[in-house]
Amino acid sequence: MSATPDTVTTPTFQLDGEEIPFQPGQTIIQAALAAGKYIPHLCFHPEFKPHGSCKLCLVKISGRPAASCTTVAQAGLSVESEIPEVQDKRRTLVQMLLVEGNHFCPSCEKSGNCMLQALGYELGVMSPHFPQIFPVRPVDASHKEILLDFNRCILCELCVRASNEVDQKNVFALAGRGISKHLIVNSESGRLADTNFSATDKAAQVCPVGVILPKRVGFAIPIGKRKFDLKPISDPGASAGCAEHAEGGA
Amino acid sequence: MSFKLETAVYPEKLKRVAIEPVSRVEGHGKVTILLDENDQVHQVRLHIVEFRGFEKFIQGRPYWEVPVMVQRLCGICPVSHHLAASKALDMIIGAKLTPTAEKLRRLMHAGQMLQSHALHFFHLSSPDLMFGFGSDAAQRNVVGIISAFPEVAKKGVLLRKYGQEVIRHTAGKRVHGTGSVPGGVNKSLTVDERDQLLKDIYQMVAWSREAVQIIRGLFEKNLEEYNAFGRFPANSMSLVRADGAMDLYHGGLRARDAAGKVIFDHHNYEHYWEVISEDVKPWSYMKFPFMKAFGPDDGWYRVGPLARVSNCDFIPTPLADKAREEFLAFDAGRAAGATLGYHWARMIEMLHAAETIKDLLHDEDILGTDLMAKGERVQRGVGVIEAPRGTLIHHYRVNEDDQVIRANLIVSTTHNNQPMNEAIRQVAKQYLNGKKLTEGLLNHIEVAIRCFDPCLSCATHALGQMPLEVSLIDAKGGCLDRMVKNQQAASLTD
Ligand code: SF4
Ligand code: FES
Repeated sequence: MSATPDTVTTPTFQLDGEEIPFQPGQTIIQAALAAGKYIPHLCFHPEFKPHGSCKLCLVKISGRPAASCTTVAQAGLSVESEIPEVQDKRRTLVQMLLVEGNHFCPSCEKSGNCMLQALGYELGVMSPHFPQIFPVRPVDASHKEILLDFNRCILCELCVRASNEVDQKNVFALAGRGISKHLIVNSESGRLADTNFSATDKAAQVCPVGVILPKRVGFAIPIGKRKFDLKPISDPGASAGCAEHAEGGA
Repeated sequence: MSFKLETAVYPEKLKRVAIEPVSRVEGHGKVTILLDENDQVHQVRLHIVEFRGFEKFIQGRPYWEVPVMVQRLCGICPVSHHLAASKALDMIIGAKLTPTAEKLRRLMHAGQMLQSHALHFFHLSSPDLMFGFGSDAAQRNVVGIISAFPEVAKKGVLLRKYGQEVIRHTAGKRVHGTGSVPGGVNKSLTVDERDQLLKDIYQMVAWSREAVQIIRGLFEKNLEEYNAFGRFPANSMSLVRADGAMDLYHGGLRARDAAGKVIFDHHNYEHYWEVISEDVKPWSYMKFPFMKAFGPDDGWYRVGPLARVSNCDFIPTPLADKAREEFLAFDAGRAAGATLGYHWARMIEMLHAAETIKDLLHDEDILGTDLMAKGERVQRGVGVIEAPRGTLIHHYRVNEDDQVIRANLIVSTTHNNQPMNEAIRQVAKQYLNGKKLTEGLLNHIEVAIRCFDPCLSCATHALGQMPLEVSLIDAKGGCLDRMVKNQQAASLTD
């Protein structure tokens, strides 16, 4: 069936009862964010292909759970996002992320600019809930301009994707399986200094948490002026386009 | 070496009394007393389990994280650690602070001094001072103060609150902010913030003056007891400005002996180890600092308000300086050597802090925009500050990759370790010998400890009272008697 120009209407789906228009091929999260509707996410970034690993973007489509960052929008879908059942699952996911790494928000320079912390606030995470795993992850401070604090890695692979797809350098990779999966640096020594990584790389700008940090500028932004002090992560201005990625570690 | 009453000759023949807080926050303190069958005191020791894990914990961390991380050592004077660490790291990055940055840090520090001293005097010590050391424990707490002296209690609360507001505007938060960073500060004051603080500062100065009068009045009323209580001669150490003025933020190290003679002066604190060292004793986890010139037996010294007020040549704000002169002259100088003189000196410092805040609020530099400086990088940095409780030393070594590889912290309470032990031995001798121990009598020991406002009383700050469990134990370890001090003021402070 071919539509004539004057009968073309933008297709829509329903998100929590609201009609969301979309372009064919757009995922649910892309259409929602474009319409100013926030759906929590961590591994999704508008400039990269969806990854579908963190599952924070979980929604229910016609009663069935799905990742909204990998599900293509279709006309007439009924999508539920801000319902207690889904929010509970997201909260649990954040709590699991918090115990899998070593996240000490009080002394972390990414505090106030960190998506994981902001999501914790958004979802009302009051405690880690699960026992801390306390993995041993030494920092890599070898690079002149960038510090890698693996303690906070949530394995979203945004840096891996950015280094591959944009910087064409392939500096990062994930290694290991299951609970011992971790981020590594692709150099013989395993040190960042021994790669061609640069502080201007896209990969240096995308980490949603506090792993890839510009050196010597931590805490330069006062409390009250940090990204999520100004707007909660669910604010369209704060989340659309994931501008938070651009702020680096400062 | 052993001090009088530090070690009994035949401890196994004596019964043991332990005064032990059941809860701890930053530290854990315990007093043990050994008595013979005639209740004569043979040994008195203050044990503090000092937390030194931090020095390990910080290894490998990036240096710019340190000022924010290290303040978690303490919930009561985090700003002191925040600033001492920042000063050490200024040195590492070769920064000479801009006037705006230095004044804002000084402002933050004065806010800290005001709130900490107000908390200590009004919440923690006033019950002992205003009701009596051995008075009814049911009343001798902050609730008792609120009902018997509501005006005094209210001023205490508001003074503290004001100090916290100064901290909030300079550090970003009332507790555990981020305002001070290596090389400067991350914010200055807006005109609005300045004006908000200006509105109440004259009231704070006035109330601080009143507080000085309160403690003076208590000395006048209880002259003999106050002068004698836990009294002992001691050396003292503090920072002083190049012209000899009191300076709580920066200066050189000055020490005097008990007679007031200067032992060293304007010693560059970047080389503090040339003049002081730390001794260890088998019975305590906390070290015992001493001046190298005199050795561990005679070289111990006190720090904190009493040391600072008597050590400096003058206080560079007029009202506090006048108060200092009156204090030093009082009763032919005897109050200035009394352990309870700490309280008086503390209130003089609170007045100085209020006056300093007032002066800084009138200085346009605090609205400036030139916040950061840097210079030539070195590997070793030492930052020293006069924290509310005394001289605080932070010492770091940072590698070329910007990681901390070594840290050494000497906190105020550690400097005061021997003086506190000395004070409680004096009190035990004066008050406990030959008596049947009661809560009121044992409280005298606590009163002596509280004079120093040690960090182990962080537990006290949190609970409104130093929580105590006292056990009388005979030579075979059998429990003869047990007393748990009540905690009724528990949730009212903080
Ligand atoms: S370093 Fe950051 S961007 Fe890279 S995988 Fe870890 S969390 Fe994601
Ligand atoms: S944002 Fe969809 S799975 Fe991570």
